[in-house]
Amino acid sequence: MNKYLTCALNWVDERFPLTANWKAHLSEYYAPKNFNFWYYFGSLAMLVLVLQIVTGIFLTMHYKPDAALAFASVEYIMRDVSWGWLIRYMHSTGASMFFVVVYLHMFRGLLYGSYRNPRELIWLFGVAIFLCLMGEAFFGYLLPWGQMSYWGAQVIVNLFATIPFVGPDVAEWLRGDYLVSDATLNRFFAFHVIALPLVLLGLVAAHIIALHEVGSNNPDGIEIKKNKDPVTGIPLDGIPFHPYYTVKDIVGVAVFLIVFSAIVFFAPEMGGYFLEANNFVPADPLKTPAHIAPVWYFTPYYSILRAVPPLFNSQFPGVVAMGLSVMIFAALPWLDKSPVKSIRYRGAQYKGWLAAFVVSFLILGYLGTEPSNVWGQFGANVPLLGGADRATVVARMLTVVYFLFFALMPWYTKRDKTKPVPERVTG
Amino acid sequence: MANQEVDHSKRRFLIAATAVAGGAATVAVAAPFVMSMLPSERAKAAGAPVEVDIGKIEPGSMITVEWRGKPVWIVNRNQEMLDQLGKIDDKLSDPKLEVPQQPVYTKNATRSIKPNLMVVVGICTHLGCSPSSKLKQGEDGMGSDWPGGFFCPCHGSKFDLAGRVFKGSPAPINLEVPPHHYLSDARLLIGEDAKGA
Repeated sequence: MNKYLTCALNWVDERFPLTANWKAHLSEYYAPKNFNFWYYFGSLAMLVLVLQIVTGIFLTMHYKPDAALAFASVEYIMRDVSWGWLIRYMHSTGASMFFVVVYLHMFRGLLYGSYRNPRELIWLFGVAIFLCLMGEAFFGYLLPWGQMSYWGAQVIVNLFATIPFVGPDVAEWLRGDYLVSDATLNRFFAFHVIALPLVLLGLVAAHIIALHEVGSNNPDGIEIKKNKDPVTGIPLDGIPFHPYYTVKDIVGVAVFLIVFSAIVFFAPEMGGYFLEANNFVPADPLKTPAHIAPVWYFTPYYSILRAVPPLFNSQFPGVVAMGLSVMIFAALPWLDKSPVKSIRYRGAQYKGWLAAFVVSFLILGYLGTEPSNVWGQFGANVPLLGGADRATVVARMLTVVYFLFFALMPWYTKRDKTKPVPERVTG
Repeated sequence: MANQEVDHSKRRFLIAATAVAGGAATVAVAAPFVMSMLPSERAKAAGAPVEVDIGKIEPGSMITVEWRGKPVWIVNRNQEMLDQLGKIDDKLSDPKLEVPQQPVYTKNATRSIKPNLMVVVGICTHLGCSPSSKLKQGEDGMGSDWPGGFFCPCHGSKFDLAGRVFKGSPAPINLEVPPHHYLSDARLLIGEDAKGA
């Protein structure tokens, strides 16, 4: 290295651990050498986070968080601001793609047992990031002040109103008014652009610090730190993150950006799944759209909410079930009793349950985008189910499967017939 | 100083006392921030009662007025509509109005102060959508046995012409009757009980 640069670096290193951090987190952070396709999504999530922050900053330069001006200011961004349409479509597509990569990232955790000891805290930080992300998406969705923004927020805030005794007051406090109004929009803007992003960044930092403390899991679910070179102390199956995985991840980034650009330029609304048609109509508190559905990434939980029938004249059990369906991921490290981590060495029972869970999640997700009468009703002569919406009955059964995947996990993982785990990682 | 004994119990007490005082101060400082999110004085003022002229509603039709940003329906029910109300009790979740979704002065057969005039908040008790009016008997798409009422497009809840919910709807309870009273034959005030009521 150039001696002036070395000199400058030394000057910095004496005052700030720059080289030490570079080594600890990149050039001498040893990651298992057998990472596969599924390991792209962590770094892609970071990429999307940066994209959302940058595009978001530029959107706030033109957006007006005011019920009278918000809708028009978004249209102004789309039509009059130079390249505003691109920045806005990047932000709206980024929101959906964030959930795509995060769901795949979480699924990787399920496949390879990445939540297991000693990575419980990484997982918990991850669940917190997921919750934070859902909050970001929800608050952000109100900002365009379209019909779907408005009524979606109305439905979600009313979920809090179902809490026994204090519910209506809590909902009023959240809205800052007796209905979703300018006050609500203004505070959701504050949550969306500053409060939650700060929390999100802190959680992402904690997620990575925890990861780099215990080291990455891998598709074999083996601890590479158990097999270290006796001389150097470096894991035998480990390779430095930089340059090996930085280069690998850049390939992932390139492919991702191709897909991302294709959506931004050719299908930013994604057939109504990324941007709903009703949201191109300004919010009207006196007129509910004919069909209210959340954006696709919330629909599995929304289906669960709809599937649970009211009890004691209250909608609260459905709300609890929906909350639980998200929060229950946090319990995974303690529900899984299998002696092995990776799906490669698990038996048929876990694989079967995981498949059932994925199918339930996907079908619930689909049903959540549709009205509950999408599959019609059972005929009046069908015993027990006569006249009931077919989709509601299916959603109820799948909700049960969804929760059984978690509730029965301690038993089926313990009883499952596992395969022997190798000493060293495989290809 | 150097060879003085450290009084650990006193030190622990001081740490605990400082922590408690600091904690109390934190809670006290948090309170104004939490309360700043309550409806402001302006929002409360905008939520004041609304006066409505009801003299011009034809029998069998309805008007919608806004109170606290919510739609309030006022239906002038004709005799045929009123006759239907008593006949469909077996199809309703709460025909006897046991859930307190109305002021006591409307807990009666027509769910109203004046028998013909229904006043309800047009917000579905399921998740807050605003149902559409399907006032006529057997109206299009509602089936031939439809007695007239309201249909929520969000999740399919159905209500009769007194805002009572039909069985099998996702909505758990009847529509809310807002506090209201008549100032004169043609003047209705929504948002306030009668004085002395």
